[in-house]
Amino acid sequence: MKTDDPMAVPRAVGGRAPDVFRRGAWVPMRQYAEAEEVDFVIVGTGAGGGTLACKLAEHGFSVVAMDAGPYWRPLEDFASDEGEQQKLYWRDERIVDGENPIDMGGNNSGKSVGGSTVHFAMVSLRFRPEWFKTRSQMGYAVDWPIDWREMWRYYTEVERALAISGPVTYPWGPPRPRYPRRPHPLNAAADFLARSAEKMGVAWSPTPIATLSAPRGLAPPCVYRGFCVIGCSTNAKQSVLNTWLPRALSAGAEIRDLAMAGRIELNARGLATGVHYFRDGGWRFQKARNVVVAGYAIETPRLLLNSACPQFPDGLANSSGLVGKNLMPQSNHGVYGIVDEAVRWYKAPPSLSLSEHWNYTDTGKDFFGGYAYMSQGPMPTAWVGSLTSSRGLWGEKLMREMEKYNHQVGLKIVGEILPQEKNQVTLADEKDTLGLPIPRITFSYGENDKRLYEHAIRFMSQQMEAGGARELFVESDTAHLGGTARMGDDPRTSVVNADCRCWDIPNLWVCDGSVFPTVGGVNPSLTIQAIACRTGDRIAQMASRGELTRGDRPASTGACSGGRVKRMTNGLHGRDQGREQPWLGNASAAGMV
Amino acid sequence: MSSQSAKTDTSARYPTYDVMSKRDTPSWNDITRAVVDRRLQIRDEPRFLDADRFRILQALCNRIVPQPSGRMNKVPLAGLVDRMLEQTESVGYRRSSMPPLRQAWRRGLDALNDEARVRFGAEFMDLPAGRQDTILEMLQQGDVRSPAWADVPAESFFEHRVLHDVTTSYFTHPTSWNEIGFGGPASPRGYVRLEADRRDSWEAEEDRRAVDHEN
Repeated sequence: MKTDDPMAVPRAVGGRAPDVFRRGAWVPMRQYAEAEEVDFVIVGTGAGGGTLACKLAEHGFSVVAMDAGPYWRPLEDFASDEGEQQKLYWRDERIVDGENPIDMGGNNSGKSVGGSTVHFAMVSLRFRPEWFKTRSQMGYAVDWPIDWREMWRYYTEVERALAISGPVTYPWGPPRPRYPRRPHPLNAAADFLARSAEKMGVAWSPTPIATLSAPRGLAPPCVYRGFCVIGCSTNAKQSVLNTWLPRALSAGAEIRDLAMAGRIELNARGLATGVHYFRDGGWRFQKARNVVVAGYAIETPRLLLNSACPQFPDGLANSSGLVGKNLMPQSNHGVYGIVDEAVRWYKAPPSLSLSEHWNYTDTGKDFFGGYAYMSQGPMPTAWVGSLTSSRGLWGEKLMREMEKYNHQVGLKIVGEILPQEKNQVTLADEKDTLGLPIPRITFSYGENDKRLYEHAIRFMSQQMEAGGARELFVESDTAHLGGTARMGDDPRTSVVNADCRCWDIPNLWVCDGSVFPTVGGVNPSLTIQAIACRTGDRIAQMASRGELTRGDRPASTGACSGGRVKRMTNGLHGRDQGREQPWLGNASAAGMV
Repeated sequence: MSSQSAKTDTSARYPTYDVMSKRDTPSWNDITRAVVDRRLQIRDEPRFLDADRFRILQALCNRIVPQPSGRMNKVPLAGLVDRMLEQTESVGYRRSSMPPLRQAWRRGLDALNDEARVRFGAEFMDLPAGRQDTILEMLQQGDVRSPAWADVPAESFFEHRVLHDVTTSYFTHPTSWNEIGFGGPASPRGYVRLEADRRDSWEAEEDRRAVDHEN
């Protein structure tokens, strides 16, 4: 196994990448020399970067997309085992603080080619249209610079690309095309939500979900293993890894696994010229006409801030001062209880039914924003984590509670958290093994956030009781992230424009959940992918009109380039450049810390 | 490891269920077999912690997850936690007040033992269970007397390291899956019967008398 350890040795080399659909097989992959100036180098291959890599390659651009994580073969690498599958999460050290420090890891990170879509719960929801204009239409937070009708078209594109299974008629929002695949049957946990919602008089729906209900190419339909959030070993899950990336490869994109970006380089004209990244034992540099940062809401600001240079001492794209600011998790508060029937909630995807009632109802609320709530199905270690963190149980009491596992039901929300500048990602003094400063993640709930989740807890507790559940308890949790490089239509109050293009550096782009000005009350993955699709199309339009700026060769003075950079000339089998960060000599000479 | 030697203890609530009996069925793929086999070979001995700290950890594990006295093969819980520490530098984050994972455990175990000395004049592992529990309850409330907690906050250590790491380690062991009737590994075969009170033949059968008795 050690000869093919995807966490130690890159797999996407030698003109081929793993064929995720066939054991031991490969697909051809175009490769670019590092000295060759590609049209786009993309940092991150998740819902934002992976989707955009596909769109740009299909539009005919040369693309290198790199990811810090391994290139998994789901059929061979994914065990049905929670302990083993921790390998899918971003487990590099981060410091969390604030009044309500965020638990990082499984709920909000991924370190894999395909990003966190490799382990996401597949819930694929559209924003409520008004959320793109919350300030002007609903009186809170800030508007998006994009119209919902344009997003509606891109949602449809993503739903088709992922063959989403869902109901014929969705109970909320404006009309949408029917979902490409029929809905899945409800498991007992989802049926509990449905029956109890009806007792409360609120609508519910089978969840629109990115796992197949009928075969598609080499991917089989879901067999209800229930291990979705630790990686699907059958390919029924439609992740970026097995949808957008195979398309990207056939369109000529190169994917570099185990490639950790450390710094974006700029020239004297203030344009990005490429990315320094660590792969295969040494620092390397990929030259590019455009750089896209798609590392999600922690790694994206970390890279922008860590690329500070004399021209941009506060980090790249940061003239607004908002890089890293307005970090928004979503509230993931839940209510659990037990019922007489055997529910066995480990079977099937964890959230097969949901209600968006409180996303689309504006009366009876003492808060801005909304929340969806969904049925639950945690695996054993996740469940014991809920019991210990929520109730502090241990000893005999804990073991008696754990025995009720198969009779447990629960409802959890994905709730809108409002942007606050004080919730942010900054660089800590501590360094990681590559010598890069680790992120510090600061978060405190605001008053509106608290009113929102308290409303949800009251409502869901009533619904749980109406459904016959007893021994209720509440869990405080968060899921997903957004907002640390927000988009807008004013350079003073946003980091990127509607096209995900940085105001300050015209050939630098950000394409992931960090561009969200607000997060709404639904899981973000569908919206991130829709934004990436739109960005890909917009870039193609701008290129055809000659509106893309060309990053030229680095100048010798005044630039953010490290003078001692030794560039590779022959792709990645070249000589090891060593572990020292190539830009540090120059940066310290320029007076940087 | 052969599937024969890998039998694990059944539980009162699911008396006929041993998840290991599914090892050689379509519910387990190769990598799952390899992963669980490796885990079942872990013994209750240290590879990361030193011997003294490991004995404190063993005593601690016995209180956090007490195992039935009649169990034939006890889960080597301290060994599982120690192996996790050997293989893991970080779980992905830590509170700003907490040292990194491994330091937190070393300092926390030292402080726990010192708390036992300060409070009861004995090593933690030598105290009777009731007194051990008293110390842990105090720890959970942050009511501590040993100066050793200056290096690691007691409440955070208890909640984020002790409770989290010990209990999640326990529930990666197949014996714990028998205990709660969890289906265990399911790949490539998943499940067919998803409705309440329905069960596939390869799922645990619950002894309803055990349920009624407890409720």
